[in-house]
Order: sequence, then structure tokens, then C-alpha cells
Amino acid sequence: MSSKKSINRKEFISKGSRIAVSLCLGGMCGHILANRSVGRETVWQIDPAKCVQCGNCAINCIHTQSAVRCVHAFDVCGYCNLCGGYFPPAANDLNTGAENLLCPTAAIKRTFVEEPFFEYSINKELCFGCGKCVKGCAAFGNSSLYLQIQHDICTNCNECAIGRSCPADAISRVPANDPYKLRGNLIKT
Amino acid sequence: MRHSISLSGKIFLLVLPLVFSILFSQDRFPRPEFDTDYSKPFTQTPSPDSLLIEIVDVVVMAIALGLAVFFIIRKRSRNSIYLLSLFSLLYFGFWRKGCICPIGSTQNIVQALSDPLYFIPLNALLIFALPLITALFFGRAFCAGVCPMGAAQELVLYKPVKVPQWIAVPLSLIPYVFLGLTVLYTATGTGYITCQLDPFVAFFRFGGELNMIIFGLLFLVLGIFVGRPYCRFFCPYGVLLGWMSKFSKWHLAITPDHCTQCRLCEESCPYDAINIPVTPVTPTEKRQAGIRMFVLIVVTICFVGTGAFVGSISHVYLSKLNPVIKLSEQVMAEKTDPSIEDTLASRTFHESDRELSDLLAEADNLRNQFKTGSILLGIFIGLVIGLKAIAVFFKYGGKDYEADRTDCFSCGRCMPYCPDEHERQKTLESKQRLYESIG
Repeated sequence: MSSKKSINRKEFISKGSRIAVSLCLGGMCGHILANRSVGRETVWQIDPAKCVQCGNCAINCIHTQSAVRCVHAFDVCGYCNLCGGYFPPAANDLNTGAENLLCPTAAIKRTFVEEPFFEYSINKELCFGCGKCVKGCAAFGNSSLYLQIQHDICTNCNECAIGRSCPADAISRVPANDPYKLRGNLIKT
Repeated sequence: MRHSISLSGKIFLLVLPLVFSILFSQDRFPRPEFDTDYSKPFTQTPSPDSLLIEIVDVVVMAIALGLAVFFIIRKRSRNSIYLLSLFSLLYFGFWRKGCICPIGSTQNIVQALSDPLYFIPLNALLIFALPLITALFFGRAFCAGVCPMGAAQELVLYKPVKVPQWIAVPLSLIPYVFLGLTVLYTATGTGYITCQLDPFVAFFRFGGELNMIIFGLLFLVLGIFVGRPYCRFFCPYGVLLGWMSKFSKWHLAITPDHCTQCRLCEESCPYDAINIPVTPVTPTEKRQAGIRMFVLIVVTICFVGTGAFVGSISHVYLSKLNPVIKLSEQVMAEKTDPSIEDTLASRTFHESDRELSDLLAEADNLRNQFKTGSILLGIFIGLVIGLKAIAVFFKYGGKDYEADRTDCFSCGRCMPYCPDEHERQKTLESKQRLYESIG
């Protein structure tokens, strides 16, 4: 019993330090928990209003085929025959010939709806987020095409690799329960 | 004919597109109305499946930490720890792609404390805190069995070579410098440098930048001969774990019973983390030690002063990594010398409607932060160098062969070297046989 009561100096210092360190750690974590935590997860997303379509998304994502893909707000689209997102500015002809396409992977599908309207839809398997069509649609169109990080592909890195390389600071953390910055109203999760 | 449009008409024509652009902010072309029964498709937005998996991560980490502690303290089994670390390598490394890990979560903590716009997710906070709390009570069980990067290096360690002290001590300062830089660069919003300099994440993801793959390969090749080179000479989180583990209540013990000073374990540690017993000092040595201690404290104070001075002059160079400061310098350079080619960032800035004065004010604010931060970083590094020097000259040692609580990764390699451990195993076996014969 007596040995229990007389703690030697080394043990005392060790115990005191342990209590001090746990108080520091606990205090810091408690402070963060109380003031700086929302208690919910975040994911990365592109703000289409800030995006300048520089093409960095396509090459800097940790995924070989970038997690960024073009999405289409169909209710914003004008369904034009001469689509700024589908055809390059000096297209030879307005048809689906490979030489007339702006998209490098032919990921945009052009379907005739009725005179004079055409539907443009994105094949996400082929799209890699280069943003060429987005730039075209913004220059000559309604900006219905825009880039978004696809959360079924995104790894949700601690620091987003494309966010780091974005010149327009367009990529930021958003709450995971509201993970997209969308245009238009026709949306399905 | 040329002057047929009146001034008011001209103004009207000029204003007309503006009115239209305000009324129909996006629509340059009218939205079509279809005669056929075509209905517009929906935009697909796949939801993140990360919500559940991130809770699972925390639970798996907690269980793995518990198991590691059990294997180290109670079961005393090197093989179990090794198997656990292999599981962690597969789960946290290859399956979860090494993100998020406690090493990187340090940055989330710093950002949560410094950036008023950033709110830390609960899982990041837990992943940061759990290994530290464990270390505070049981030592660095995280390093032994849960860290995928530690496991990768354990796997390649084939022929450990003892690193001479004159190399090992200066190299062991790097983690402190790296930790300091991580805090500085995260607090100033420059970037997550711990993640950017993660040598193994490219392997976990089967792909990455070439220089990072080479960097990782260097560590792995070095790791064949030098035990855990990243953990010992680079890992910033290891510094925090070391601080916690130093005061741990329970810790891996080389001997299960009491040390007979047989010296069999002396060379067993590939990480040079076994403290050998010190001989009691004579009174003359004690006086000399007193003088030496005084000199070292003075030297430490000098180091701190030098660190503060070096920090105050180096902040200009340290701040060059910050994207805002880089952009402001680029824009100013283009302004003074038009022959300088613009960068993507500066082009984007010119095309945006941001004011130059805003950018310069932001850059100035950041420079001030860097100035304060660099001085604090210098003081921190000076203090660490001084304390390291004291630790080298006053090598801590007890009466027996013990694991160094700061440096020991609790891998358990030393335990089978102890003859008492073999005795314990035998007792366990005979006990088991006894139980089997009874029941």
C-alpha cells in the first residue's frame, strides 16, 4: 500500500504531463467540435459561374479519365441546329461527320427532334471534362452545357487536385447532401 | 440615309441588348416549344456514396486501433500486428485510396482553426484525434498496425542497416520542419503540402505524377535497408504521435516480466528505438553534466534567436508558393514589363471583373501572415534543434532495456528476442494443455 502512495518524481512528471497533454488535445478538439464543425461531410464541386473552361480539369484529376464531366441543362438549351457546343466555329457542314465535331471524343450525341430542333446529350462514358463544348456553348448559346464533378467517380480527396490547379478558384467544398451546382430545373438524382 | 437614326434611337439600340440580356440572363436563343410529344430529358446527378463509407472508415479505424493495442499490450504477438497492418494496407491504402488519413487530417484541423469559411467534417476530426488519444495511453499503436504507409514500409524492410547517429539525428529534424511548414502553408491557405508530398498515394491509386512515383519508389527502395524512412525522417503526424506517446500510460514492453539485462534485444530494433541502460553518474560527472546543461540551454536560446531571424528574412521566399501572392507578383510584373508572357492564372484574372487593388490588398494581407508565421516557424525549429541537442547529450535511459516511448512504433519485433517472452509462451502453452486435458 505504501508504495502506491509514494509516487516517485518521474511518475509524477509523466502523469502530470499526460493530464496536461490530454487537456490540450481535448480542449482543441472540443473547441473545433463546438465552433468549427458542421458535423456533416463535404464534397468538391465546380461553380459553373466561375469556371473559365481552361481544360485543367481534364488533365489534373487523379482519375485517368477525370471525374469532371459535362452536364446538360435541357430546359435551358435552345435546341439549335447550329450548336456552338457541338460544332467548331468554322464547321464545314452541320452534320454529325467527325470532321465537324468540336468534342475531341465525340461524346455529344445529336438527335433530330423536329424541324428545326436538335437534342444534344452527353455520353458520360466518353466525356473527360475538357470543357471545349462548354466554352462553345457560352460563346454562342444559352450556356446550357457546363462542367460538374460526378460524385459516383470522384474519390473526394482531402485536397482536390483540380481545385489546386484551377486558375479561377471555381472549385470549393460543398455539403454532401447538396453536392451539385446545377442550372435549370430538370434534375434527377 | 446615314444620319436617319436619331440620337435617342441610337441610345435605344445600344440599350436594347442590355435590356434583353437582363431580362433573359442566359437565353441568347429562345427555348423551343415542341409540336411533337417530345419531352425534355432530365439531367442525371449521381449522388456521392461517401456518406456511409466515411462513417465506416472511422469505425474500422477505431476497431483496428483497439485490435492493435490488444495485440501489442496483451497478446504480445508480432505476427498478429503484422497481419493487422497488412489488412490496413489493403483497406486504408488500396481500397480507400489512402484518403483521408490521419497524417493529412492535421491540415484539416489547422484549416478549421485558421480559416473562418472552412468547417471540418466530423470524420476528419475523429480520424485526426483517435490515433493521438490511443498514443496518449498505449503508445504509437497507429503506426504499428493501422497506418497503410507504415505497413508498406514494413513490407519492404528486408535487411535493416543501423543508421549512424550523425546522420539519423539531423534527419530526424525534417519531420519537425515539415510539420511547421504544413501548419504555415495550411494556415495561409496555400495548400495541403503533406498530401502533395505523400510518397505512397500514387501506388495506392495505381497512378499519379511521375515525380511523385519516383519519390515514392525512392522511399520504398531505401526502406529495404533503412527501417521506415518516411515514418522516421519525414512524417509530420509522427511528431504529434511521438509527443503523445512520450507520456503514454501503458506502452509496449520488451520483456513480459522483468529485464535481466541479457542484451539479446539490443540489436533487434530496426528503428533504433531501444534505450540501453545508463550507468549511474559519479559526482564529478554530475558537475560536468550541470555545466554542459547550462551551455546547451544557452545554445538553445541562441538557436531560437537565429531561427526567428532566419524566419523573418525567409518569409519572402516561403510565400512565393502561395497562389494569390504568385498571381499578384505575375500581374505586377506584366504591368511593369509588357514583354513578360502571361500565365493562365493572370489571363483568367484579366478576363474576370476583379479589381487589381483587391488582389494586391489580399496579397499584402497574406504576406503579413507569412511574416508572422515564418518567425514562429523559425522559433519552433530553433527550439526543436536545441532540445534535440540536449536529448543527444543527455540520452535518457532507465535501469533496463526499454522501448523509447517517442520513437518506438510498437511493431513488436523486439518481443521474441526476450528469453522471458519464450518462457511466457511456454507457460501459456502448458496452461492451455492443462485446460484442454481438464475440459
